[in-house]
This record gives sequence, structure tokens and C-alpha cells, in this order.
Amino acid sequence: MADESESKLEPPAPGSLASARRPAGSGPTQTPPPGDRPLHQRLGSGLAHHARQFGTLGGLVVLGLVLWILTPHFLTVSNLLNIAQQTSINAIIAVGLTFVIISAGIDLSVGSLVAFSGVVMASLLQRDVPLPLALAAGLLTGLVCGLINGVLITLGRLPPFIATLGMMSVARGGALLYTDGRPISGFGEGFRWLATGEVLFVPVPVILTGVVYVIAHFVLRRTPFGRYVFAIGGNEEAALLSGVRVRLHKTMVYGVCGLLSALAGVVLTARLNSAQPIAGINYELDAIAATVIGGTSLMGGQGSVVGTLIGALIMGVLRNGLNLLGVSSFVQQLVIGAVIILAVLLDTAFKRRKP
Amino acid sequence: MGYLHLRSSPVSSVLPVLALRGIRKAYPGVVALDGVDLDLCAGEVHVLLGENGAGKSTLMKIISGAVARDAGEIRIDGAPVELADPRQAQALGIGIIYQEFNLVPQLSAAENIFLGREPLRLPGVIDQRRLLRDAQRQLDELGVAIDARAIVSRLSVAEQQMVEVAKALSLHARVLIMDEPTSALTAQEITELFAAIRRLRERGVAIVYISHRMEELFAIGDRVTVLRDGRHVGTRRIQETDMAELVRLMVGRELKDQFPKQRAAVGDEVLRVERLRRDGVLHDISFALRRGEVVGLAGLMGSGRTELARALFGADAIDGGRVFVHGAERRIGSPRAAIDLGLGFLTEDRKQQGLVLVLSVRENICLPSVGRWSRAGLVQTGRETDATARRIAELRIKTPGPEQRVGHLSGGNQQKVVLGKWLCTDADILIFDEPTRGIDVGAKVEIYQLINQLAARGAAILMISSELPEILGLSDRILVMHAGRIAGEFSAAEATQEKLLAAALGRN
Ligand SMILES: Nc1ncnc2c1ncn2[C@@H]1O[C@H](COP(=O)(O)OP(=O)(O)OP(=O)(O)O)[C@@H](O)[C@H]1O
Ligand SMILES: [Mg+2]
Repeated sequence: MADESESKLEPPAPGSLASARRPAGSGPTQTPPPGDRPLHQRLGSGLAHHARQFGTLGGLVVLGLVLWILTPHFLTVSNLLNIAQQTSINAIIAVGLTFVIISAGIDLSVGSLVAFSGVVMASLLQRDVPLPLALAAGLLTGLVCGLINGVLITLGRLPPFIATLGMMSVARGGALLYTDGRPISGFGEGFRWLATGEVLFVPVPVILTGVVYVIAHFVLRRTPFGRYVFAIGGNEEAALLSGVRVRLHKTMVYGVCGLLSALAGVVLTARLNSAQPIAGINYELDAIAATVIGGTSLMGGQGSVVGTLIGALIMGVLRNGLNLLGVSSFVQQLVIGAVIILAVLLDTAFKRRKP
Repeated sequence: MGYLHLRSSPVSSVLPVLALRGIRKAYPGVVALDGVDLDLCAGEVHVLLGENGAGKSTLMKIISGAVARDAGEIRIDGAPVELADPRQAQALGIGIIYQEFNLVPQLSAAENIFLGREPLRLPGVIDQRRLLRDAQRQLDELGVAIDARAIVSRLSVAEQQMVEVAKALSLHARVLIMDEPTSALTAQEITELFAAIRRLRERGVAIVYISHRMEELFAIGDRVTVLRDGRHVGTRRIQETDMAELVRLMVGRELKDQFPKQRAAVGDEVLRVERLRRDGVLHDISFALRRGEVVGLAGLMGSGRTELARALFGADAIDGGRVFVHGAERRIGSPRAAIDLGLGFLTEDRKQQGLVLVLSVRENICLPSVGRWSRAGLVQTGRETDATARRIAELRIKTPGPEQRVGHLSGGNQQKVVLGKWLCTDADILIFDEPTRGIDVGAKVEIYQLINQLAARGAAILMISSELPEILGLSDRILVMHAGRIAGEFSAAEATQEKLLAAALGRN
């Protein structure tokens, strides 16, 4: 310590307590308690919070309008339900990835888990295992694989990219080995209802997706676990030192992602009436795209499932619209890639404007 | 060194290098700057003073092109300029050293100094020899003994800072801004930094110096400008002012007692550490904390104070020794376990360890408590908002509201948020590592009073600080660490700066 410079400090005047409160108005801007804040301010901060989603939603609406003008068939109830149904699988996987990406991780194994859990469940169904048990086994497969990802990342200290890249190959290999590379097809009506059934004219996969989103949104925003996911993604060290069980919650995040991949596998199997060991290839790319278009930051700590849902719908609407317009699948690939880049470019530009 | 070095510059009579007129900047909910004027002259060290959130950093970011102003004029050598981005400001000779360094740790000092402007031998091929020679010359001119080939991550914090200075100077900076450069430096390093600053001043560089350490401005400053709530409230020559006047300008009132120590009744032992050991870092540490006690932990940087705190808090593993909490022996294996036992740990580095910058004030303050407060698995948002509002009022955190992103608060207000976090946990064994780093003089006193209150409520506080006056002014008992050991223990009555220093240097 520089005693010279320290001694420059004035000695404390004995017995005189500095007054803790300063005269009103001379201090820094006083913040009234939130309840007292005028409504427009409260609304304002709420709106600002969701500004990003409004942007993406705007993109979706514009896209819809353009398609509506180009092809009137686009805006029919049956087509919209069709889109919703086609989007559901990607949308469900993307929820899991949203959790993972908010926690500043990545999961490349989701597509393989779709296939692996699908064939495990299908094989049980074919052996006349009761539907609920087979379903549970399928979901459990995804959950366990996801938890293994989590353990490799937390206890094994592998980078998420590496751990899930490995799992991507292992689970794919497992699915192929288990089925000897052959699809398992033909299930009972009860199971197929999961894809073909309707409740009040709404297809079951759409309802399932809706339920997943409501729960996921609630978990992220209203439970301590959700808070921890954001905190871990935002600053893992600070989260740890604040008492967050980082390893536990991170492992859970990958478990959730695996579980939702398995759920997507169930829906896909029901829809195709067949479980394919090669199903779900490249699904991770679509899910990451939906998440990123929806404004979740790959840096972690920021994002929402509402954004992801809009992102998934943008991808679904785009595919559907391009199909209706008779655009070749080669061109489709190109357009979708361009849209992903454009969305993130706009997002980055938007963020840079207000640092 | 001393305070009576010669000041040669007849500052105000010459044309300022940089003149600011009516600078204004508003963020949603905050007016950060409200019509600020400032003149900077060649060869002066101009200190910028103000409470946390007064707008100092924002003003400097405007000068360095990192933030766009809403209104106002910037003139360089009398000619109005636009400063649209940092590159442009650099080209005009404005260099800034942020508190968070902008070096690439894996590269050498030389590579960092010329990053993006490497001298080329052929197109696309770096002229290594010239790179090294020029970088070494920059460092030598600063008068620091740093090898330009050294990898930055292996340099000390102070040396890294010197590399930053050399980088700024290699851009031929005529204006050099330093935002709280000393907050992570040791006294020796501060002396070296000041020597370098003086050499720069002699070369005619205009230096803006921001610090909350009031004693420093008398050591290094020529003039001082005070900001309050985004407004310019006065500029003085250092010789013509004193601490009392500056404090009054800053906080708008007299500040009578800098260390308002109140002794609390000392009660039961709450923490006992016996022969704690972490190989290579901590050796044979034994001490105890009682209710109502404030124990200062002094020592030089690197003496193991933070390491001790981390080991106690379960953040680092220990290799031996016993820890008793409330009389029972405990193995504290994780921060969560520590918090559940009633410990709290305010970390010294708020950006790396203290805060999740992308989350809100509320989410940060409630992070250690959110699990405990939840009901039926749900976050109690109402309770969080109430607790946050209480902390904002109690600590005078300057924020538009509890939902503001912590990354948007000023440095000192971020520190208050870290403090607020531990006030919510009802912890009764509090470890404060540099609790007032980056905090303004007025708020420091408030934090000291808060420490008093916590002690009066029966908490035991272990306060790590590098500011000896703070340790001396606030502690009931003082432990001094040297090279990973407790090198001395003093009662408040017997402790003096000299004794503490001697123990910290291992001389007893
Ligand atoms: N990016 C931002 N978004 C919103 N508000 C901001 C942002 N940057 C700064 N502010 C606000 O502007 C005000 C001035 O901040 P500034 O960082 O300039 O303070 P300061 O004088 O440097 O304080 P300190 O001594 O604590 O570092 C503060 O109220 C701060 O919360
Ligand atoms: Mg600042």
C-alpha cells in the first residue's frame, strides 16, 4: 500500500456520523417502487422486453401476406392447419434447443435421438407392449441419452459441441444396429391417432406442440430452474458463486432436450406409420435455425420459446409457401438459408443500434 | 514520489486540444449526460469526478466514438468533428483504456500493440522484426520493463495496463482516457502507472483520469471536473481546491465522517477455521469469526486473501484442515452448500464472477434466493420485486427500475447490485472481497454504515480490502495475509498502517 497516498485521506472527524439521507432531489434519480410507476412506463418496459418478438412476428406476418397475394390457397384453414402440423416436429425439437442454447450450449444429437427413440418405441409396439409403456420407453430413451450428454458436458467437461456430436453418431449407430437398418412399420389405430387424430378439428400434434410450448414458457419464466438456465448461459461463474447448482441444472437442460427430441420422434413415427432408423437427419439444423431466427442468442443468457415458436412457424410457412408456388426443393434450400442469414443479420443490426 | 512535483502547465490559457460543448445523452429512463462542457489541454491530467452513475464513463465513450451523443458539439483543435466510431476517434488521436482490458490474452504484447495495424514486409506477410522493434520502443518510451515478446496472459494486471497504454500511444494518441485504471493495481503498480502518466504529460498528451480514489487525484491531477447527475457542476485547479469542496460538489452535501465505525456487541463464534490448507495456495490458516464482528483481511495482491474466501465458500477445493460453522464441523463442497449454511460471498470481480450482465437487476439480486423463495415450484415474482425495490432504495442503486439490465448500469451501481444480492439471503457469515471497489465516496460511507448495521444485527463479516484506511477504519480485528499464510493478527486498537504493511510484506 502506498502509505504516502493513503495518508492524504483526511482523518475521520470523531463522533460525526455522515448523514445517510441526503436532501430530497439532490441525490441520483429516485426510482419509485414499481407499483407506483405510471402505467405507460410499466407497459413500456414490458414492450421493450418483447420488442424482438414483435420484430420476428412482423416478419412472419409479412411473409404470410406475400404468400397470400402470390397464392390464394395459402390462407385457407386447411392449409394453415397443414402448416401447423408440419411445423410441429421441428417446433417441439426447437424448444429443447432453446433451453440448451439459452444455457450457452448446443445439441447436435437431436435428430439422431428422434430416430433412436422412435425405433425403440416402435419395436416395443410391434411386440404388443401396451401403448403407454412403449411411449414411456421411447421418451425415456431420449431423456437418458440427453442426460448422458449433460453428464459428459458437466462431469466429463467436454465442450457441448463435442459431446453431442459424439452422441449424434452413437445414437444413429444405435438406431441402425437395433433395427438392422430396416424401418419398423405398421401400428394400431390408437398409436396413429397421435398424428392423425383431431380434437375439436385441431390435429393432435398441434395440440401437443401447444402444450409443450405453454409448459416450456412457464418453466423458463416462472420456475427457479428456468431462471438458472438464463443465469448459467449469461455467466456460469457468477451463477455458480450465487449458489446455482450449475452441473445439475445443465445436465437437466440436456435431459429436457433429449426428452423433447424423443417426443418429436413419437409424433414422427405416428405420422409416417413407420419408425425409420435414418429419420431425423439434419433436424438439428432446422431446430437451431428456428431458435436463432426467434432471437435466442448463441452466446447464451437470452432468448424465449415464444420467439422460437415464431421462428419455427417462419420456417414452416416458407417451406409450405414455396411448395405451393411449385418452387423446386433445390431453390427452397437456397431460400431458407438466405432467410436464416437475413434474420440474424437484422437482429444483429438491431442490437448494435442500442448497445 | 510525492505530491509536490512541479506542475508546469499554465493550462487554461492555451487552446484546448479537445473541447466539448453541451453534450447530451439519454438512455431509456435515464438522462446520462445533460449539457456537459469540458476543455482538455495538452499536457494536463484532467481528473473526472462524480458519483456512481454521474455519467463519467458515458462521456468518455462519447469522446472515444463508442457511444453516439444525442446533442452537443465536439471540437478538436477548435474544429468541430464527428466521432461516429472508435476508428475515427483513434485516427483523430483519441485513445481510451477501458477498465475491462481489450487485449487478446494469447498474443504477445507486441502483437497486441499493433493488432490490426501490423507492419508488413510483403502484402499479407507481417514484418516480425519491425513489429517487435516498434513495440519494444513504445514500451521503453513508457519507461516500463516489459518484453514485447511476452504473452499477455502471463503479464500482471499492471503490465497489461501498460501494454494498453503503449497501444494507445502507438496510435499517436494526443488525448488518452483512463477509466478507473488503478482499481485492480497494487500500490507499487500505481506508482509505476503514475510515473508513466507524468512522462506522457511531459510529452504533451492530454490525459483524462477517472477514479473514485480521492487521494489519487491530488497525486496526479492538474485540474478536476465534477459531474453530478449528468451535469457539469464545476472545474477546479487541483491546487485551488480540497477534498471537502470536491466531495460537496460531487454529492451535494458535506461528508463528515469517512469511516463511521460503530461497534456491535460481539457474540458467539459462528465460524472457526483450523489449519486450512490448499496446496500451493493456502497454508495452515486458522482463525475464528464471532457475531457482530467485522474482521479485516489485509494483505498484498496475490497473498491468498481471495483464495481463502473462495475455499471457505466452497468454490475451490481444500486439501486439509477443518471448518466449523455455528459450532458444527462442516465440509463445504459447493457455493450452494455454503449459502445454505448462511455464508455469503461478495466477489471482487463483478463482471466475471458477480453478475449475469444480460439479466435484470431483479434477476441478479434474487439469484441466490430464488430457489428458497419459490412456492410450489414457482418463482414468486411479487416477492422478488419487493425485495429488489428495497435493495434499490437501501443501496441507492441508480437504475430506471428493477427490470433494467445490469449490464446497462454504471460500474459502481453494478457493485451495489452484487452487494444487494447478499442482503437478500439472510446470510450471517459474510465475506466481502473489496466491497467498495469502484464505489464513489458518498456511497462508500453508506456501505460502511450498512456493514455496521449487518454487524449490529448479529452477522459476522470478513472484509478483504486493499485500502488500508478502510480496513483500519472499519475492523474490530485485523488479519494480515502473506504468501498464503496468516502473517499477523491485530486488534483495532493496536493496528497501524505501518504494522499492517510490515506484516503484509512478511517482515515480522
Ligand atoms: N447502455 C446503457 N443503457 C442504459 N443506461 C445506461 C447505459 N450506459 C449507461 N447508462 C446509464 O447512464 C448513467 C451514467 O452511467 P455512467 O456509466 O456514465 O456512470 P459513471 O459516472 O461512469 O459511474 P461509475 O462511477 O459508477 O462508473 C447511469 O445511470 C447508467 O445506468
Ligand atoms: Mg464508470
